[in-house]
Amino acid sequence: MFPFLRKRIVSSAIPLVFVVLGVFFLARLTGNPVDLYLPLSATPEQRAEFSADQGFDLSIPAQLWNYLVDAAHLDFGTSLRTGESAGGMVLDAFPVTLQLAGVTMLLAVTGAVLVGSLAAYRPNSLVDRVASLLSMTAASIPDFWFAIMGVLVFGVGLGLLPTSGTLGGPEIWILPVATLLIRPFGVLVQVVRGSMVTALSAPYVKIARSKGAAPRRVIFGHALRNAVTPVLTVAGDLTVGLVNGAVIVETIFGWPGIGKLMIDSILQRDFAVLQAAVLLTAVTIFALNILVDVCHALTDPRVRQAVPA
Amino acid sequence: MTRTAAPAPTGTDDPALDVEGLCVDLSTPLGTVRAVDGVSFSVRRGRTLALLGESGCGKSMTALSVVGLLDPAARVTGGAVRVRGSDTLRLSPAERRKLAGPVLSIVFQDALTALNPVQPVGRQIGEAFRIHRGLSRREAREKAIELMTRVGIPEPRERARSYPHQFSGGMRQRLLIAMAVALDPDVLIADEPTTALDVTVQAQIMRLLRDIQNERDMALVLITHDLAVVAQRADDVVIMYAGTVVEKGPVRDVFSAPRHPYTQGLLDSVPEHAVRGRPLPAVPGSPPELSAVPPGCAFQDRCPLVRERCVRERPVLRPAGEGRTTACHFAEELTHA
Amino acid sequence: MSEGITMPGEEHSAGLGSGAEAAATVAGAEAAAPGSGTEAAAPASGAGAAARASETEAAARASRTEAADRASGAGAADPALAPGTEAAPNPRDARTSRWWRMLGRDRAAAVGAVILGLVALVALFGPLVIGDRAQRQDLDASLRPPSLSEGVYGLLGTDVLGRSVLARLVEAAATTLSVAVPAVLCSLAVGSALGLWAGYHGGRRESLAMRVADVILSFPSLLIAVVVLYVFSPSALNIVLILAVTRIPVYLRTARAEAAELRSRLFVDAARTFGTPSRKIIYWHILPIALPTLLTVATLDFCFVMLTESSLSFLGIGIQPPEVSWGLMVAQGRQYLQTAWWITVLPGLAIVLTTVSATVLAAWARIATDPAQRWRLTLPTKRRGASAAVPPELIP
Repeated sequence: MFPFLRKRIVSSAIPLVFVVLGVFFLARLTGNPVDLYLPLSATPEQRAEFSADQGFDLSIPAQLWNYLVDAAHLDFGTSLRTGESAGGMVLDAFPVTLQLAGVTMLLAVTGAVLVGSLAAYRPNSLVDRVASLLSMTAASIPDFWFAIMGVLVFGVGLGLLPTSGTLGGPEIWILPVATLLIRPFGVLVQVVRGSMVTALSAPYVKIARSKGAAPRRVIFGHALRNAVTPVLTVAGDLTVGLVNGAVIVETIFGWPGIGKLMIDSILQRDFAVLQAAVLLTAVTIFALNILVDVCHALTDPRVRQAVPA
Repeated sequence: MTRTAAPAPTGTDDPALDVEGLCVDLSTPLGTVRAVDGVSFSVRRGRTLALLGESGCGKSMTALSVVGLLDPAARVTGGAVRVRGSDTLRLSPAERRKLAGPVLSIVFQDALTALNPVQPVGRQIGEAFRIHRGLSRREAREKAIELMTRVGIPEPRERARSYPHQFSGGMRQRLLIAMAVALDPDVLIADEPTTALDVTVQAQIMRLLRDIQNERDMALVLITHDLAVVAQRADDVVIMYAGTVVEKGPVRDVFSAPRHPYTQGLLDSVPEHAVRGRPLPAVPGSPPELSAVPPGCAFQDRCPLVRERCVRERPVLRPAGEGRTTACHFAEELTHA
Repeated sequence: MSEGITMPGEEHSAGLGSGAEAAATVAGAEAAAPGSGTEAAAPASGAGAAARASETEAAARASRTEAADRASGAGAADPALAPGTEAAPNPRDARTSRWWRMLGRDRAAAVGAVILGLVALVALFGPLVIGDRAQRQDLDASLRPPSLSEGVYGLLGTDVLGRSVLARLVEAAATTLSVAVPAVLCSLAVGSALGLWAGYHGGRRESLAMRVADVILSFPSLLIAVVVLYVFSPSALNIVLILAVTRIPVYLRTARAEAAELRSRLFVDAARTFGTPSRKIIYWHILPIALPTLLTVATLDFCFVMLTESSLSFLGIGIQPPEVSWGLMVAQGRQYLQTAWWITVLPGLAIVLTTVSATVLAAWARIATDPAQRWRLTLPTKRRGASAAVPPELIP
């Protein structure tokens, strides 16, 4: 298992390196990075002072070195908007998003496995057709619109749920999680269904049935573990995509997470914070990919024993 | 395993498996076709029956209907499959499951896909004991190791923890057989059990099947397109063509004096019968599409004896000598040929 | 060239009857072989697909069943036309009509196709019809609810500036599609070409391409867009480019997988033996087989691209006013949610209708282009229950 993991860690780290370098060069490629950091109204004096202060007048390799050293110390400069440390702001916002994403993916995966397996057991049955249509719709609804409709119906119309904010009981979670949930859930139901149909039509499932195994044993004992590989992969990709949703959800519901932080720092041109948020997200995604690989290895003996090339 | 001590007397008229008038319809993209049309046969304990035919003739479908593993596009539309006095086609799924394993069992062709790739083989072999006998995990494991020993897996205790991909093709086929005979079924169906293997291993597997059949007094239904296997291993043979039975009878009689031109054609195409310097005779043409089986005899397009009656009237199975039947209007001409 | 290459594939399909017609359907040869008016081109790609034995048998059966249908339908029970001889008058007609018939049988997919067609028509011709109505302000008519008495442009109400919501929806359809369609086509073309090239050649080229795909894919697309649009300005062209780049890996992976699987097939070997340059092999033998899959992926991805564009516009970093897209309309109407629901709800519905249609159509296409699964579309609904799986007789 360890050679496999080592190989995967190395290959997952490549995107991380690209992102770290990408952020650096993107800022330099577009001309003067000062333009990115400072408001458009800044005077030439302010620009020069800022440039010298940040070391933008140094050579590119020197700047890169400083950037890497700072990044390693989680020092991304200070926010122009609040004057706080950008790294600190991002770390404060991070747990909110992590909780939101964690709850969402837990619900999405559990729900999708149940619904998808049920649909796959009888392909083309009524259950299957309803599940397919619902999941396709769920995967194609724009999340921002779904959130607004939720607010309109349950918040404004019925007055059942709070329209925004993070204060209150468990009910504050309902709309944000539901919004974040629909797309991963819709996609995962289809993936689970697809790979379960394949698994359930495999000869080993026939053999299990020829041993007299009951449906529950066939589905959960034999088919599901074989079907889980594509599901895990897609679930990993969808978790990455949750960042997209988090930007929307946190903006609409006013959650102080990393998504809202990013969009605010863009709209108010606060590059230090944006850069910190992007890099932290990249690291999180790196960790997530490793986690997915570990799950692959745990569920499939062939992956565990594969000799790394 | 307890049953080996007292084999049921061979020769009783009670068949272990009795299939009668089995019909299977198959949904295809543009219409329903009859894939199996009125197939009947029976086999007693200790005997081997071969279902012989080209691929697509419906022999595998017949086997799958017998064990109740048909796919949703296919549906049994008529007939009966009797084991232990009850018609499995009329049982509820739960009742049917009680028969799966202890009464009816099946071995597939491709042992790699027939074994669950993510479960240790020992667990898969022991599963039948857990389902039907309620044994504990540990007891089932011991049973599995016994079976692995029986089918000739070296170091079974260690190997029980291995996964299917860690075995060779022949070993996997042995594991599959172990799994199928775990509960001493009355009837074992082997669907092309050696097709995917190389020749020396094929012989070993066939020998293993025969030995286990003898020691447990099972009825064996051997599905194959290999004439040599039928000649060596089967007592009776059912020859299928385009979903129907064309000839049926004891192997020795059928092969020495076929009563159907299709059987004759198959036998002629065996290299041993060939004359040096002449092309190997083969049955000309290919089987009809199931959606377009002509009215009259299904074999008419390829038959050397074809005449007007064959186009008009579908031949039915009729007696043709001791314990034999044929579905040819002009079987007698072959007899005297 | 095609003469020689036809042979191996036809050998495969000999027992199956009409290799050329059936397989050409699998390959979607018409799209890939623009010059296939001559007889030579069609069998060449047909032979290619025929070698995919597992898929072809089912396809061959399907087409022959259909031939039988046609024969009996025309009352011509001439035994000479019986299957095996396969005297289909015009394979392309037969193919096209079969697609339409299969589409007709799946009601959801048919509805989806119709809706997409309508949206495309509206986006193409709508702006010509409405003129400047989408921008014409009338502060007296601010926030009028949908009504039947205000003429066509009042049908769906007005926004805060008194602009017709209907007219704006039409104009937004044009904007939205003019971003989504080019983005999808770009990523489809570039991704497929790279993927086929990488998959066909394998080795270092393959792993390089896959690494690049990994890098792009392992980062949230919205985030890439956000960062890039922060640095550059959010114009329609930039949005198209960004969306295209972030979606390239999807096609790259799919195309690579197909090409990698096909490169070892007999008909490719045959072509190589005859000295066909690899570019031509990819174009004539691999692309036709991979194309249906790639187009299915593209249909599905169209949704994703549309949703991303809407999200960007909603967040204020996509389409900029005075241009209008559906996502932007939702954002603009949001502050009047409690008083004028129609400004927000209607553009959202337009998005949902379009994306759901594309998804349903893609799901149908995935099954319809896969001969091993196509039978599913033919089962009568009442029997669709049963248990799991694909019939073994259809997959040899």
